[in-house]
Amino acid sequence: MSAANVLHPEVIGDRFEGAKDAQGRPLVHAEGTSKPIRAHTRHEPQPRGARDSGNRPVDQVEAAERFIAATEHEKAHDERLWDMRLRRDQAAHALPEWEDMRGLASRIKEHSLAHLDTYLGQFEAAAKANGVVVHWAADAAEHNRIVHQILKDRGAKSLIKSKSMLTDECGFRAYMAGVGIEVVETDLGERIQQLDGEEPSHVIGPAIHKTRADVAELFARTLGSDPDDEDIPHLASIQREATRPLILKADAGMTGCNFAVADTGTVVVCTNEGNADLSANTPPLHIASIGIEKIIPRFEHLAVFLRLLARNAIGTPMTQYTSHFRAPRAGGELHYVIVDNGRSERLGLKEFWTSLKCIRCGACMNTCPVYRRSGGLSYGATYSGPIGIILDPTLNRRKYSSLPFSSTLNGSCTNVCPVKINIHEQIFAWRKVMSEEHRLPFVKSEMMKVLGYVLSRPALYRAALGAADEALRLLPHFVLANSLNTWTNKGRDMPDAPSQTFHAWWRENRGPKSNSK
Amino acid sequence: MSAREDILARVRHNRPAGDYGLPPIPQFAIPIDEQGRLETFSRTLKAMGGQLCRSSEMASPITWIRGRFPDAKIVCSAVPEVPSDRAWSAIRKPQDLADVDVAVVRAVLGVAESGSVLFTEAELKVNTLAYLAQHLVVLLDESAIVAGLQDAYMHSAFRTARYAVFHTGPSATGDIEGVLIHGAQGVRSLTVIIGGYN
Amino acid sequence: MRVGLFIPCYMDAFEPEVGVATLELLERLGCTVEYPVDQTCCGQPMTNTGCHQDAAGTEALFVKNFSSYEFIVAPSGSCVHQVRVNMTAIEQTPEVRAVRQRTFELTEFLHDVLKVSAFPWASFPHKIGLHYNCNSLRGINLASPSEIKTVPFSKPRALLEKVPGVEFAEPTRWDECCGFGGTFNVFEPAVSVKMGQDKVSDHSRAGAEYIVSADSSCLLHQKGCARHIGNPIKFMHIARILNGASA
Repeated sequence: MSAANVLHPEVIGDRFEGAKDAQGRPLVHAEGTSKPIRAHTRHEPQPRGARDSGNRPVDQVEAAERFIAATEHEKAHDERLWDMRLRRDQAAHALPEWEDMRGLASRIKEHSLAHLDTYLGQFEAAAKANGVVVHWAADAAEHNRIVHQILKDRGAKSLIKSKSMLTDECGFRAYMAGVGIEVVETDLGERIQQLDGEEPSHVIGPAIHKTRADVAELFARTLGSDPDDEDIPHLASIQREATRPLILKADAGMTGCNFAVADTGTVVVCTNEGNADLSANTPPLHIASIGIEKIIPRFEHLAVFLRLLARNAIGTPMTQYTSHFRAPRAGGELHYVIVDNGRSERLGLKEFWTSLKCIRCGACMNTCPVYRRSGGLSYGATYSGPIGIILDPTLNRRKYSSLPFSSTLNGSCTNVCPVKINIHEQIFAWRKVMSEEHRLPFVKSEMMKVLGYVLSRPALYRAALGAADEALRLLPHFVLANSLNTWTNKGRDMPDAPSQTFHAWWRENRGPKSNSK
Repeated sequence: MSAREDILARVRHNRPAGDYGLPPIPQFAIPIDEQGRLETFSRTLKAMGGQLCRSSEMASPITWIRGRFPDAKIVCSAVPEVPSDRAWSAIRKPQDLADVDVAVVRAVLGVAESGSVLFTEAELKVNTLAYLAQHLVVLLDESAIVAGLQDAYMHSAFRTARYAVFHTGPSATGDIEGVLIHGAQGVRSLTVIIGGYN
Repeated sequence: MRVGLFIPCYMDAFEPEVGVATLELLERLGCTVEYPVDQTCCGQPMTNTGCHQDAAGTEALFVKNFSSYEFIVAPSGSCVHQVRVNMTAIEQTPEVRAVRQRTFELTEFLHDVLKVSAFPWASFPHKIGLHYNCNSLRGINLASPSEIKTVPFSKPRALLEKVPGVEFAEPTRWDECCGFGGTFNVFEPAVSVKMGQDKVSDHSRAGAEYIVSADSSCLLHQKGCARHIGNPIKFMHIARILNGASA
């Protein structure tokens, strides 16, 4: 396998271990990588996520530092996600209409959000007419209570579920554990994270930050398997065999919702494993948790989103399974729990409401150079990466006030977003909000006051640069104190100081010319 | 005020100002291979881990199945063309299909763009058939292959079926180190047999 | 053509030779270049941090210094992006709007306005890795970014292709951010440095002798990272090459 075209050739393996086609050629679909990427170490402990900060601002910087210090994990993570980004480019750019479709998807979502009450009403009416029981939850706690009540009313004690960011957002698993309902995640990555007591680190691949050694150690600890068995097909089959009986005996099944089609009351769920279909069709009861922003008008619009989603997320035309639930199956029950949890408030934020367009493809995370080197768990929130930065402050302004600064504002996220959310511009706008709400660390806001003062006064500025425009020994951003001298203490050498500033050169060589008015 | 009224009121109150009209959706052309939709479908299906063969190449589907899956004890067929080891009258609940080795179902249609096949509860008889079985064999009429997803969504199944699902190859995941596995939780293989199955 | 020259604060302090090259280049191309002495900064350090009120005085000073020019040119796309896109802390009078619209980055000025077709005094027989500052690339469209399906173009590359001897090395991630990110490099240094080291290694492995960019801020950061890991790769601002520098 050629390692020529990667940043970190040392994590490119020499043997393709994944599924092959009938001719023995490597297959690349679902979350599989196009080349083998593996950290060549068993011994590097898995870097854990952001430290619990309670309600205080999350220290993403510290967690990112630890992730980078786990050099093998960081390199493999970076390459794996960049591989997804490249596969996205290949699949997306194969469609001449790609950019047109992004524009269409954006307009469909904006229209749906601008008429959300109408479409929600339509969706509910259609669903009820189909025999679906519809519930409304104003917030996370209400969602959890409603689901609990549904289960309690039927004496259900065990629940299997497919991946749903909304349920993670609601703290669903912790709540259910508290009321004695057994919840089993059926998605492999989500199950790995559940067993490890961690949140998902990426919307598409919840355990994408883990090496096989991490998974082997985890399964040994929680499922009693051999800790030295790192064969990935075997590890996957361990989970398959362990989870299957739980699926068969579960009292209820739960899914999320990728799209909610208003005119027919249909819930659409996309997976690669088929675990949403198992969760929904095996037990007699299916509960779907639906964020209000998932509504789209009709199936012709669904086609646009589906042609964008898997190509943008994993570089394939579709996910392995695309399921449409419109009515309970014969002898079964179907419940929808429609959840707000701050979305209706976000709709009223002029600069940020378009973040509701998000279809959870994860492409922004794949392309973000900061995310790839920090890991999703460093953000300390359900939603991480660029989309997380602009969503999380609406869920907890104080706790996530630091996140907008975990970005270089490079704008790649905006360019890959299938629904054209101007992510990096919203990150920039959140910084303004945080500053105005006095949520910046004291040092930072003081530095800006000083800079703002000095930079607006030419004479003072020149004086601050040193007498007679001498070369400076200061950092380029005029850092005030030694404790802030991060230019050098993290791996950069100081720039050479020239003998004179441009200003001084100009005065000497072109003479004083004042600004003509 | 109920949560419903509460939420709808807030949504109405916070409606973004401006004209956000619904755009018309053009029909995008799907590049179809020179040899036609079947060849395109065959290529896209295989890229997603599926297999394809033709009924014209086999004595009968069941002969092919027995040859391909010699260790299969239970073949459960939802189609009249293929005999079923499991009688449908014996299937009372979804879990009863847990021991099925090979499931045989008909597809409503195939999608050339992606290599997908479509089922509803009518084709599956019991929905878990396509998920609890170890392997899935799909009978697809060649004339039922549409060009793209936009075409597929025009089918009436989406308005009438309780459950409709696209399968695009077998169950798969790359959740551990990006190593591709088939049979993550659902079927380990998906094979489409193309024939005249009107 | 009368041009007002804006030299970024960090260039003034650390890379005056780039300012000199910019001035000389514009003069060679027939411009009358004036340098308002009271200029300081575009305001980006403050707006980048969300502190727009703190940027207001600096923004007003910029407008005051440059209000008489039909063309304002700066050898820094990130500063130009700040002026054209984010200079909103001050009242948007007609004068302010005019100054903002008339501010150009050097390569876009050469490519779009002067439409330079040759640099007869220049020669640079070296293999170079061309680096794009992200504000320049995605903010003011100096080139087509890799995420977007479009007809590819690059203004800096088009100019460099006119310099005899220039060869381009192709890194694996040509438009990945290098990690400078304005105040990001101060407040999230571990990630910033890792990005810079990766960037430098990428260009090195592609065979670049020089990393060339239209933005010094990125180059200063990358150079610091390179030297720390013992990578001797050289750095040069595009203005110097176009102005005839040989090394």
